[in-house]
Amino acid sequence: MNIVAIKDLLYRLADDDLILGHRQSEWTGIGPILEEDIAFSSMAQDEIGHAQAYYVILNELFGEGSPDALAFGRKAGDFRCCQLVEFPIGDYAFSLVRHALYDLAESIRLESLTKSSFRPLAELSKKLLREERYHHMHATIWIKQLGLSTQEANQRLQSAIDFAYPHALALFEPTAQDDTIVAEGLQASEGELESKWIEAVTQLLSESGLRLPAVVDKTVHYGGRHGKHTEHLDKLLAEMDEVFAIDETAVW
Amino acid sequence: MVTEAEIYAALEEVKDPEIPVISVVDLGVIRDVIIEADGSVVVQLTPTFAGCPAIHHMKENIVQVLTAHGVTHSRVDVMYNEPWSTNLISPRGRVLLKDFGLSPPPAFDGMLTLEVLQNAMCPKCSSNNTFMMNAFGPTACRAVHHCRNCRETFEQFKPL
Repeated sequence: MNIVAIKDLLYRLADDDLILGHRQSEWTGIGPILEEDIAFSSMAQDEIGHAQAYYVILNELFGEGSPDALAFGRKAGDFRCCQLVEFPIGDYAFSLVRHALYDLAESIRLESLTKSSFRPLAELSKKLLREERYHHMHATIWIKQLGLSTQEANQRLQSAIDFAYPHALALFEPTAQDDTIVAEGLQASEGELESKWIEAVTQLLSESGLRLPAVVDKTVHYGGRHGKHTEHLDKLLAEMDEVFAIDETAVW
Repeated sequence: MVTEAEIYAALEEVKDPEIPVISVVDLGVIRDVIIEADGSVVVQLTPTFAGCPAIHHMKENIVQVLTAHGVTHSRVDVMYNEPWSTNLISPRGRVLLKDFGLSPPPAFDGMLTLEVLQNAMCPKCSSNNTFMMNAFGPTACRAVHHCRNCRETFEQFKPL
């Protein structure tokens, strides 16, 4: 069992979920309709819960910091999330598209992780996959509904896709550990997951009157998996870590 | 020495803090109870939803209740080895949920589908002529539906 490779994978999984979860929680109270306010708030709770479960494995099995310290006590350069999740919520079209691209990817990734040779991760992903099903359905229902509704809705979704899709390709940015991750049966290769994801995204968009933008170089937005982030992450962490920075032992 | 049956009986007193009518036993989240040679007790608990904040309360309450029943050394381990599903809620638990005003989750096999999700029985009038308004609700485990028969909007313990 290669501990370096497992930790590398766990940090990517956890940090993606934590940062996206935090962004989704920013819709609480300001959703375009009440039902979507509730949906994004609920998905935020799920994603942050998933991040916590990964941090618990890092803490209990690999001696990393406590889940709170890992979530709130690290600098941007320590994070291994992709840049897609860092962007502010923007308009509802962007948040919906990001959620759809992200959760299609997460469903495919979790499916692969259920067969992981690292048993704690395989067991946990079976659990998370069940919850993820709700996110997947939520995303696809709304993309289809809005994509096939008015011209304005369709155009706003398409603009969001044109912006978000090249960033979403970086969900599959490999690291130096990927060969080991595949060789040890921890997870399928990023390339294999990416192919399945592109197929799923293409199908959803074609059923929704939308199209996949052409991407010349998929590596343009790489960097997140190596600690290179957008300016947005610094701002997000400053806000998210505010209470922890004042008092690490604060109890809610 | 305490018996497993006594532990399970005591655990009936530990309720879901968000749905205070149903015990952790009826909810199906108790995976196993292990009584060590020295009399200490390990309760294996599996979360309903990974991000459910109630899990911390349940853990604390289990230790408190067992202490009240004379078990001085007990511990709760959170397990994921067999993921929780709403199919594990006991028949009695389903009745309690309905009486509480929450539509019990339909049983299903394999992967959750939209059809399963949309199939909720109104807890007020027991009609199945209902539609789903939101797969998400006020807590992680609830969805919101509306009954066409009695025109009541109701919550469902959503299938997972």
